[in-house]
Amino acid sequence: MASEQPRKAVLQASESEGATAGGAHVGEGHGSAPRGMLRWLLTTNHKDIGTLYLIFSLSMLFIGGIMALVIRTELFQPGLQMVQPEFFNQMTTMHGLIMVFGAIMPAFTGLANWMIPLQIGAPDMALPRLNNFSFWLLPVAFLLLLSTLLMEGGGPNFGWTFYAPLSTTYAPPSTSFFIFSLHIAGISSILGAINIIATILNLRAPGMRLMDMPLFVWTWLITAFLLIAVMPVLAGAITMMLFDINFGTSYFNAAGGGDPVLFQHLFWFFGHPEVYIMILPAFGIVSAIVPTFSRKRLFGYASMVYATGSIAIMSFLVWAHHMFAVGLPLVAELFFMYTTMLIAVPTGVKVFNWIATMFRGSISFEPPMLFAIAFIVQFTIGGFSGLMLAIAPADFQYHDTYFVVAHFHYVLVPGALFAILAGAYYWLPKWTGFYPHEGLSKWHFWLSVIGVNLTFFPMHFSGLAGMPRRIPDYALQFADFNMLSSIGAFLFGISQLLFLVVIVKCARGGVRAPACAWEGAVDLEWSVPSPAPLHTFEIPPQTRDGQIIR
Amino acid sequence: MPSRDHAAQQQQAVARTVRRTLLALVAMLGFAFALVPLYDVFCNLTGLNGKAASQARAAVAMEIDESRWVSVRFITQQGQGLPWTLEALDEQFRIHPGGQYSARFVFTNHADYPVRGRAVPSVSPAEGSLHLRKIMCFCFQEQTLAAGERRELPLVFQVDPDLPEGIRDLTLAYTLYPVTTPSSAGDDGAEHSAGGET
Repeated sequence: MASEQPRKAVLQASESEGATAGGAHVGEGHGSAPRGMLRWLLTTNHKDIGTLYLIFSLSMLFIGGIMALVIRTELFQPGLQMVQPEFFNQMTTMHGLIMVFGAIMPAFTGLANWMIPLQIGAPDMALPRLNNFSFWLLPVAFLLLLSTLLMEGGGPNFGWTFYAPLSTTYAPPSTSFFIFSLHIAGISSILGAINIIATILNLRAPGMRLMDMPLFVWTWLITAFLLIAVMPVLAGAITMMLFDINFGTSYFNAAGGGDPVLFQHLFWFFGHPEVYIMILPAFGIVSAIVPTFSRKRLFGYASMVYATGSIAIMSFLVWAHHMFAVGLPLVAELFFMYTTMLIAVPTGVKVFNWIATMFRGSISFEPPMLFAIAFIVQFTIGGFSGLMLAIAPADFQYHDTYFVVAHFHYVLVPGALFAILAGAYYWLPKWTGFYPHEGLSKWHFWLSVIGVNLTFFPMHFSGLAGMPRRIPDYALQFADFNMLSSIGAFLFGISQLLFLVVIVKCARGGVRAPACAWEGAVDLEWSVPSPAPLHTFEIPPQTRDGQIIR
Repeated sequence: MPSRDHAAQQQQAVARTVRRTLLALVAMLGFAFALVPLYDVFCNLTGLNGKAASQARAAVAMEIDESRWVSVRFITQQGQGLPWTLEALDEQFRIHPGGQYSARFVFTNHADYPVRGRAVPSVSPAEGSLHLRKIMCFCFQEQTLAAGERRELPLVFQVDPDLPEGIRDLTLAYTLYPVTTPSSAGDDGAEHSAGGET
């Protein structure tokens, strides 16, 4: 509704002038566009907002990364060297919160903003002003969250899962601010999700059926529904925390008739779909890149869509596998064990489809493809350790050890993050008009792969040997594994600076990219010029089978 | 070429989608809060989280199953912020299902002022809690102890003979918590225990 005026104006302008896609109407019929800071503050353009999201998430990646390096520095050797245990706990908590809510999720929303309108032939998102609002909530949320570190008693120190009563009865005084910041970030994601759903369902180019949409659009549509379904549950849970802390209720307080285990149920009812929110768009990106660089059509498009849908539905039936050790009845342990293992089936369908797409393809190994292949291999490793954790009786040994840390970092770093990097390399020519520097990109890739595996692979072993997570000090027998992990973490962290260099260089110049920057690319975004002008598809293109027809 | 009508139609469609998603959003928020009472109902039905063990039940004449021994253990735990101790004088019972037994507990207030507190029960394994009948228990209501007071209170209980075969041990844990809310629950609790004694 907020979008009514600007878009009508654009349509009228393009009708009267007969203009085609081009950067002529910067002002959207409002006279001259604001320049400088105001342009970014007031923009309702999906490409500008996408860029803002991506820059924001990159800066959060570095802030969260510095926290990870504080953790790895302390764990380089047994004993307490660098930081106090209290501060260490704040670092593990903040690292998790910032990476999940500040880096990975906004990065996917940024890619959605940039690419979904381009991929479905829409002029913009359905609700452009809401889009601006949902972005600018994020800096507010994370400044508030980071400011808790400077408050009396320090920031949140109870782990990113903030289990009650650790996060209520025993929490630092800053916890209410942490809850508010999470509320704001949650509202931002919800508004983003509403916008994405409204865009995909209503603004597709004429002739584009749902089953013609690129998989990135499909995975994001399903992700947006997941967000709508579970973000309110998170909001409810943290509101109950707020009440327990400030207004004397006892939702999670056994003394007043509440139950701390209820918090874990609520949290993981949100938390498990949340982990799929962080991986489904990654599946979409990889499903765009693998066919492009294999110069073949994606193998099993329909099965990919159905697999994504079934993963999303099943994500609501597995939450208690995070709570095997909490004292569930045997029936519940079995139920959640089997449903969890069942998710491996649609996920396996996806992995095999990617491999089948590459099979006998004419593959070239440009940076996006390198990251996509690394994603497939490393995400599968993370999937397998997930299957090990799904075995309820075995989980009692793995629970809360570094094996769990290794598992979720494998799916989130060499998984989700690598897919985001792959997407960035894939679409950078469309964003800037120049190819990213190939040599530097490949250095970035290889150093990242070596760094990330050196960091997280040894954690499998230290975890199986019994090293608990979230501790600043550890027994001597874990020293070698931890030293390797710390060296790997610094290698990985520093090599991300290369990524920054590549982006800056690519924004400034380089080899010019044509409209279709990659030989095998077929989706609609490659039909507009590179760099994509501020306004595209003002006249919706006629499409058939997802392709523009003349 | 898109017409003005087309644009208006699209606006309507977007508005409809937004309305529906907002509706789903509100429903899910309601669901999150509805989970709190639903969880309580679920726990009462299944005996999870020990809340079933804080309700009084009438004593029933049951056939005593002399062929079977069950050991019942008592654990007491200090909650934070309450200057009390709770001691189980009879730490362990070897009982036959069906019989009625009484265990003695001693509350001591170490503060030099009166304090209100409450012992919150939990039973493990959870499946056992449905088969443990508490006829009288200090955990049904809050207690007020005068400065330095020492008070002995009983727990009268039965174990159903239909206790699942696999359960040979029942552990009852009591955790002490301070009561900070204004009194009114006290009357309620008294009714419970009165009902239990009949």
